[in-house]
Amino acid sequence: MTSEVTAKGTGTAGSASGQGASRRRRAPVKRLMAPAVIFLLVWMIVPLGMTIYYSFQNYNLMMPMMRGFAGIGNYAILLTDATFWDALGNTLVLVVACLAVTVGLGLLLALLFNATFIGRGVARTLAISPFFVMPVVTGLIWKNMLFHPVYGLISWAMRSLGLEPIDWLAHHPMLSIIIMISWEWTPFALLILLTGLQSLPEDQIEAVRLDGANRWQEFRHIVIPHLGQVLYVVVMLESIFFLTSFAEIYATTSGGPGTATTNLPYYIYLNAFFQYDIGLSSAAAIGAVILANIFAIFLIRFVAGNLNAGSAR
Amino acid sequence: MNAQRSNIGLAVVGWLVALIMFFPILWMVLTAFKTEQTAFSTTPEFLFSPTLESFRTALAQGAGYWHYAFNSFFTAMVSTLLGLALAVPAAFAMAFYPSKRTDFTLVWMVSTKFIPAVGVLIPIFLIYKSLGLIDNDWGLIMLFTAMNLPIMVWMVYSYFRDVPKDIVEAADIDGASTMQTMFRVILPLALPGLASTGLLALILAWNESFWSLTMTDHNAATLAVFIASFKSAEGLFWAKMSAASVLTVTPIVVLGWFAQRQMVRGLTFGAVK
Amino acid sequence: MAVVELKNVVKRYGGGLTGKAARSEEAPAVDDFNLVTEDGEFVVLVGPSGCGKSTTMRMIAGLEDNTEGEIRIGGRDVSDVAARDRDIAMVFQSYALYPHMSVFENMAFSLRLKKAPKSEIDQRVNEAASILDITHLLDRKPRALSGGQRQRVALGRAIVRQPQVFLMDEPLSNLDAKLRVDMRAEIVKLHRKLGVTTFYVTHDQTEAMTMGQRIVVMRDGRIQQIDTPNALYARPANMFVAGFIGTPSMNFMKMRVGDDTRSLKGETARFRAGDAFTGDLLDSHRGQEVWVGIRPEHLQHHEGDAGALENGLSGTVDVVEPLGSVTMVQLEIDGHRITAQLEGDTRARSGDTITLTCESARLHLFDVVSEQALARQPVESAATA
Repeated sequence: MTSEVTAKGTGTAGSASGQGASRRRRAPVKRLMAPAVIFLLVWMIVPLGMTIYYSFQNYNLMMPMMRGFAGIGNYAILLTDATFWDALGNTLVLVVACLAVTVGLGLLLALLFNATFIGRGVARTLAISPFFVMPVVTGLIWKNMLFHPVYGLISWAMRSLGLEPIDWLAHHPMLSIIIMISWEWTPFALLILLTGLQSLPEDQIEAVRLDGANRWQEFRHIVIPHLGQVLYVVVMLESIFFLTSFAEIYATTSGGPGTATTNLPYYIYLNAFFQYDIGLSSAAAIGAVILANIFAIFLIRFVAGNLNAGSAR
Repeated sequence: MNAQRSNIGLAVVGWLVALIMFFPILWMVLTAFKTEQTAFSTTPEFLFSPTLESFRTALAQGAGYWHYAFNSFFTAMVSTLLGLALAVPAAFAMAFYPSKRTDFTLVWMVSTKFIPAVGVLIPIFLIYKSLGLIDNDWGLIMLFTAMNLPIMVWMVYSYFRDVPKDIVEAADIDGASTMQTMFRVILPLALPGLASTGLLALILAWNESFWSLTMTDHNAATLAVFIASFKSAEGLFWAKMSAASVLTVTPIVVLGWFAQRQMVRGLTFGAVK
Repeated sequence: MAVVELKNVVKRYGGGLTGKAARSEEAPAVDDFNLVTEDGEFVVLVGPSGCGKSTTMRMIAGLEDNTEGEIRIGGRDVSDVAARDRDIAMVFQSYALYPHMSVFENMAFSLRLKKAPKSEIDQRVNEAASILDITHLLDRKPRALSGGQRQRVALGRAIVRQPQVFLMDEPLSNLDAKLRVDMRAEIVKLHRKLGVTTFYVTHDQTEAMTMGQRIVVMRDGRIQQIDTPNALYARPANMFVAGFIGTPSMNFMKMRVGDDTRSLKGETARFRAGDAFTGDLLDSHRGQEVWVGIRPEHLQHHEGDAGALENGLSGTVDVVEPLGSVTMVQLEIDGHRITAQLEGDTRARSGDTITLTCESARLHLFDVVSEQALARQPVESAATA
């Protein structure tokens, strides 16, 4: 047997077969991805481009003669339209309030359901059920059978307590919408935060207890940091959904009274389907897209980060 | 014992919370079994003799429940299957043949989920109108698919990534082509993951209301549209509305009960398992 | 069965998923790898983790592309041939069994893909199963098997292929210690029986020494030495190989070469280099420091005065570990930590001062700067880089 010791690599030979060789295993990738990519292009990106185009056009279905380039005309109208600003304000109020309620309440309930008690599994399952209820149903049930000023259950309860019943949807329309959406989405926060809590390693809790931490310190220094990423995801996803709330409003207040519950999606819907103003509603739609993207950017960054962390294994 | 007592206290609080959260659903179910008169009463009745009358009315020929239910079922089912057919190959390429380009494509796909529906509503409405796809099952199916595809790709991708890379390499060495690896090794392995992806897509499509309300009228209208038609009923048909709602909500809530864990993973883009 | 040739093979990871340009300037994962096997040889690639041994094997398998160089199997250049067309079989560290298939299906999968007739599949799977003694497991799913049984199935899946080359990537590292020793012998027996050229990757030098006909020692992507187990042990090419091969590891002490080019002096230790070292080389190190390497098992206890010894070193005993047949003693000598493997009945206690000695012929000398071995006679081709 001969013994060899490597010589310092001079790298003179064989560079020809280098990079190109990898192509032999790349071949099917494009074809596999193409259908999904094309589908999303056709149904999402092309329409989005058209929305941008329309937003710079005079285009009203009721006035087919008046088509043409509008420049920033639609945006100018939009910015001077008090209803648009109301809608924008309503959208933000809705998002922020629902976030605060669902995340706060969701966290409390997650801590509750993380403890062991009799029938916990069943109780948890009941508690998360609202999330699976169709939003239109949510709207109608709350509007009629709970919020109704005369026949609603809440009014009956208030009367029984000697209080004056409230016409919820007429006098506190935004609050009513927030209650309904929060009822639907608190289970979501609960479910995800609970899963996060349950992934907290037992030994971390035991270690901090041995270190003499009380319940609050344990929560503050171990639980909350552990939930950080999960909370982040909950907030981002909920923001996206809250920004586009539609069915609950459609089924209950129809944006009213006045513009009290008209959010951006509902504003666009009204302008497109009742004013037939394609140009203006497109401009408003672009506003909604921009708003959504402000929230989405954080989530996408998170997804991309998650991706790289995963593929480095 | 002190611990025992706090356990009972927790149980009481836990169950109370659960019942409060569940109450609107329960109330809906109870109302569905009432007569219209008992349903529409200033003093709610918790004890009453149940009747199936409302269900009978809701399910009767003229009421059209079956028409809407069929549309809901058909659109949700087909869009889920179509979504899987599109998502699986894409996720396969991204998970097992990753490159900068596939990573970019994946992030791009996920990001399309964050284009709000209103952002594409107007062009889609105009295109559908000119193609005759308004109030058409297939038009709705395509929208549901587009809506769910990003989540489905990401979810399938994350299940595929749980398959050890070694197994794909072993198949490669055993002489399997890319397609053979996908169909004979990866798909059977990831079947549970594919099932929960499909379940999630089904639930989301079934509950979808925005596109159903804006793009359909009668022919392709789903249960969301049917229920929404009770919008202006103003107390006249509460029992019937509740019965229809129960029929609409029950299958999905039950599915949701079984799929709750898998939902978490899909809805959070795999960040929480 | 085939000869495998690797010529100037280089693997560089560029771009990658994170796409940082800086990566392409990193040192190659495998650099200038040259090796020609004999037909039917059992070659072991060994080295610490990250040394490039697995990457090298994966390039032979076709799971990774070689950035530069040439890989030939049975004379055919396979650089552009997909893994599935290379006619090789691989056993993975994780076994990589298909969890949804029975043992039989796992073993039959490659034949099914080739559309082999059913009778041939049955025959070959049963034959392989009986060689590995897993016939009774054929209907089970992998999850119902123990680690050792999975290992056998993984081997079986490779055997069924009747490939030109076997590749085994740390196949035993997931087994417990006893099973590992049994399987070691079994794989060697299997190789003898089938006579297929085999590459075997491990980080365990004992496995390498007991199994390999030839061993390739790698570090940081470079081959350190290719040799038979005995030659590696007796004539390590550099300090890395010397320290890596053999347990416990070789001791190293820095000592100065005397003017006579034969004597080696430390603070208290002294040696006389035997004639095994060529005069010229020690000449060139006259008056300079060199590393002296001594294997623990080559040190002997010397009862009595150190002064009279030609090769002697004394120091204070730190730790004593009686193992029965031998006693391991750790001591501190001239600032170096020295381990000696002494006879089992050696009486030594922590704090004692003892004297050790070693035959001149057992010494290894290394250049301080290059860490390459100073040539010994008989010299073959061991050369400094």
